[in-house]
Amino acid sequence: MRPRVPLTLAAAGLLTLTACGGSTDSTSSSGASSSADGGELTGTLTVFAAASLTDVFTDLGDQLMAANPDLTVTLNFAGSSALATQITQGAPADVFASANQTQMTVVTDAGLEAADPTVFAENVLEIAVPEGNPGDVTGIADFADADLTLAICAPDVPCGAAAEKVFEAAGITAQPDTLEEDVRAALTKVELGEVDAALVYASDVQAAGGSVEGIAFPEAEDAVNSYPITSLTAATNPDAAAAFLVLVSSDAGQQALTDAGFRSPSN
Amino acid sequence: MPAPLLIPALIGVVFLVLPLLGLLIRAPWSDLLPQLARPQVGQALRLSLVSATLATLVSLVLGVPIAWVLARSTLPGRSVLRALVTVPLVLPPVVGGVALFLVLGRQGILGRLLYEHLDVTIPFTTTAVVIAETFVAMPFLIISVEGALRAADARFEDAAATLGADRWTTFRRVTLPLVAPGVAAGAVLCWARALGEFGATITFAGNFPGTTQTMPLAVYLALQSNPEAAIVLSLVLLGVSLATLLLLRDRWLGRSGAPVT
Repeated sequence: MRPRVPLTLAAAGLLTLTACGGSTDSTSSSGASSSADGGELTGTLTVFAAASLTDVFTDLGDQLMAANPDLTVTLNFAGSSALATQITQGAPADVFASANQTQMTVVTDAGLEAADPTVFAENVLEIAVPEGNPGDVTGIADFADADLTLAICAPDVPCGAAAEKVFEAAGITAQPDTLEEDVRAALTKVELGEVDAALVYASDVQAAGGSVEGIAFPEAEDAVNSYPITSLTAATNPDAAAAFLVLVSSDAGQQALTDAGFRSPSN
Repeated sequence: MPAPLLIPALIGVVFLVLPLLGLLIRAPWSDLLPQLARPQVGQALRLSLVSATLATLVSLVLGVPIAWVLARSTLPGRSVLRALVTVPLVLPPVVGGVALFLVLGRQGILGRLLYEHLDVTIPFTTTAVVIAETFVAMPFLIISVEGALRAADARFEDAAATLGADRWTTFRRVTLPLVAPGVAAGAVLCWARALGEFGATITFAGNFPGTTQTMPLAVYLALQSNPEAAIVLSLVLLGVSLATLLLLRDRWLGRSGAPVT
């Protein structure tokens, strides 16, 4: 994690250098816009992001603030559907990062995007098992084992819909003991050791740390989840929004996402 | 009627009733029957009624004696005990569910013994639903019954004692009939709370149709994908609980006298 901070600082410093290179007394010509002074963003940037992005985006927000001391980054994390509802109801956001295309479509259907959304990360399902794998789970086929205590997400929520696709691809009938209301609830059951396995996202396994082991499986490729991001028409700080979008897709941003268990978009 | 009472009362009623009207107005009436005909609805409703009733029975058996201890005994540390048994009132139910895991889960303090020696697991069963609901709802019964006991005239009990009744007979024949309306009110409150229980149930019992998916869980999940179905389910829950409460009120609680809920 550490090396990225100096990198971004260096980039910001470079921007400042090039901006200053033009003229030493350009204060009058550059006008009042602070952002034209090169990398020095000001004001408040409000980012609405899917809950699964909490750790990564908090980190990226800190990086942006470190490079721009006069900028305050406010992050609002919640379920993508809740965020999409808030945005269409007029919540003041500069950037929206969704955990799926469906909720981004809710926002774009309302015509609230300032630019076409771009996919910045992907997330695939992984089998999460408690430390030591007490149920000896090896692959997706074990989800058809009625003797194991298994948790998957309810089909009404995105991770449950993805699980159904995966089971279909594997050609098995799952025998879950509980259909969880969201992916973190499924993960909690693994962390507490109350289920032998749960189907969650790779990023969730990463976030859980040592108490949970992840098992990747090939059928996960049939339910890849794309994370789109866009700036919004309601943005009060479009310059900072643009800078945040650049940061997310930069090498540093992509590295942060990879470290958190996401992967870079395949196309 | 004095305006300082009447006006806030009216505002309060509007505040409480308007959301209900909202549900009624937004309900997809034309779509009502097909929504109700889904097998999941009957399943969830039956499970809700059964588990809330069982939770109330357990609460009565355990809660009335607790209330008696709090109101009548001279046990030291009763105020601490009162604070402890009412903790579930302030504890977020989800945390309550996790706490139940830590005790009764497969890896829990007691649950581990059950699992290792008797091969019994409590989470993800209907038993877990009843336990979660009892945990959250029993304090309502305790508080209600304790209040009734404190308000009841203890001289009747003294009279029974001077006539030779032992404490158990006094409790059964004098105290309990005396506080019956309070017990009934507490039971109704407890049942209603158990019926609407969500957080502890979904955490400790999980969510599976027919086994652990009660109406509030079905409503919450329907809300994620089909808000109209969620409204229908809520109305069903509302209708059934109102009907039950009105029926009970007429039958058992007396039409006007008892201080119900």
